[in-house]
Amino acid sequence: MLPELLQFILSGMTLGAMYMLSALGFSMIYNASGVINFAQGEFIMAGGMAASFLSAAGVPLPLACVAGVMIAGLVGGLVERLAVAPARDAAVASIIIITIGVSMILRGLTEILLGKRPYALPHFSGEAPLALRGATILPQSLWVLAAGALIVLGLSLFFGRTRIGKGMLATSYDRLAAQLVGVDVRRVLTLSFALSAAIGAVGGVVIAPISTVAYDTGMMLGLKGFVAATLGGLGSGPGAVFGGLFLGLIEALTAGYVSSAYKDAVPFILVFIVLVLRPQGLLGAKPTDRI
Amino acid sequence: MRFFKLMVGVVCALAIGVPALPAPAADPVKVGAVLSLTGGASSLGDPELKTLEMMVDQTNKAGGLLGRPVELVHYDDGSEPGKANVLAKRLIEDDKVDMLIGGTTTGASMAMYPLVERAQVPFISLAGALVIVEPVKRWMFKPAHHDRMVGQRVMLDMKARGYTSIAMLSDTSGFGQSARKEMLNVAQKVGVTVAVDETFNPKDTDVTTQLAKIKNAPGVQALFVVTFGQGAVVVTKNIAQLGIELPHYETSGVATREYIRLAGPAAEGVRLPAPVLMVAADLPDSDPLKKLSVDYVREYESRYKTDVSSFGAYARDAWHIWVNAVTLAKSVDKAKVRDFIENTTGLPGTSGMINMSPQDHLGLDISALKIVTVRNGKFAIAD
Repeated sequence: MLPELLQFILSGMTLGAMYMLSALGFSMIYNASGVINFAQGEFIMAGGMAASFLSAAGVPLPLACVAGVMIAGLVGGLVERLAVAPARDAAVASIIIITIGVSMILRGLTEILLGKRPYALPHFSGEAPLALRGATILPQSLWVLAAGALIVLGLSLFFGRTRIGKGMLATSYDRLAAQLVGVDVRRVLTLSFALSAAIGAVGGVVIAPISTVAYDTGMMLGLKGFVAATLGGLGSGPGAVFGGLFLGLIEALTAGYVSSAYKDAVPFILVFIVLVLRPQGLLGAKPTDRI
Repeated sequence: MRFFKLMVGVVCALAIGVPALPAPAADPVKVGAVLSLTGGASSLGDPELKTLEMMVDQTNKAGGLLGRPVELVHYDDGSEPGKANVLAKRLIEDDKVDMLIGGTTTGASMAMYPLVERAQVPFISLAGALVIVEPVKRWMFKPAHHDRMVGQRVMLDMKARGYTSIAMLSDTSGFGQSARKEMLNVAQKVGVTVAVDETFNPKDTDVTTQLAKIKNAPGVQALFVVTFGQGAVVVTKNIAQLGIELPHYETSGVATREYIRLAGPAAEGVRLPAPVLMVAADLPDSDPLKKLSVDYVREYESRYKTDVSSFGAYARDAWHIWVNAVTLAKSVDKAKVRDFIENTTGLPGTSGMINMSPQDHLGLDISALKIVTVRNGKFAIAD
């Protein structure tokens, strides 16, 4: 019984790390602009696809991975400049709809440029599974977990120690006040898109050896990331981390002990319950009304 | 008044005269296709279109059909059956096609059929499910084995090897779920017990949870995975990760070289039923299916620089069934062509020898599905 439970937990953690990276992207953009970016899944896909394509074309693996993340970051920045910024005076709901359109365009462009077939990256450090008390884990899953942990650490340093990071935080609290004290709000917005695209792309790159990546991979990951972010509390960094890991574990345990048929339904039911009981999410700050 | 009479005369003369004129050589025979080139089924629709375009070129280079060139008009249904219906209407009413190929998916084919029947156009579907040909639909034909046959082939192989208690892992897509139902039926008839019945989402990045359950289930002798495309790759890799030693079966949907390339060494030893096409090179030279399959693979791969798939091969067979019928009928008259398609006999294709009848619009039997296995990174006929 125990090795089985351990296996479920390991699977859940790997899944959860992936959702967490997706959720962090949602939260960061939500913080900076109040927009829920439904193209987040496509950023994940873009990173994975770009890296896989370059690697298949003969570029050395580490270089291909870094390039994949940078390309996705660039795509994220461009999306903000070309699609979101021109509509900055529009209502938030309109911008959300724009991001849905952007996600379709990104999917379509990838389909035309790189084709419909799935790509895979070689595993970073071998395919031999590691045994752990009767359960097994792929070395690549450790890469996924490590990448997730490093990004969380990096982000907390970025927001706590750097000027631009603090500027981003300030913008999320009060855009006008931040502007008044000299934060370049325009740049913060572009950066938030570029950064969340890059974070998503890291996820896309490290998961590609395990799951393969195709032009339509992003949809499901984006959706699950959104659920994870909502579960933990939209806009909350620790919330995204907690929501992602929690979602991954719940999914794995449901599939393991209840039925795999309900595995995708449970997260959505869960988010429904959480939103009814705690609209701000499990770790979200209670909204304070201004008087 | 005289002018009016003259006009009537001219019009009458034209009306009588026009049909008597020989048809100009440039008037093409029109083939309409509705395929899923984008969306979920695009990996199926893409090779289908490539194949059809190649077939049109080949036919035209060889002098066309009945001395007329052939023209392909195709639309993309975006993997949405509702759209397929509208596009079929456009092909029939605006483009006035002489025959229809398509419906990459079962949903699209079934959505198109009511229109096809009303307009009375011969229609060859490329989709997989049994419902296309059973009950028999007067104007619809199918060149590929349906899911029940795939299930029968797998279950019979299991039975022959002594596996009577199996685990099944099917995906939650339309294909996976309809196939799952069909497989459960077949299993019951053949006498195989499905002891563990798990599902997964074809977009999942990890299926180890379901597989761990299967691994720990007592008495399971084999594992049957019912899916296609990326899902199969993830499952296969996860099976290797968990070190599951059970005999591993897949459906004919994964009979692509892409699967072997993406799943890598994890795919070794996987057993699946596949159309002749995938192992054509291993057939004896005397086999009538060998040359055409090998030719198709060579032409397709040299033209498109990409791996051939069984879905493209279905389109090839559909094309040849139609060309054969038109040649025999010596006309593109829709009703005549339909009758000749229905009486296709002894036509070799990439899925087997095609023998249709008014009761059987598929014309293939289960023996044409070979059980193949992955050996040294290639499909090989299993012992």
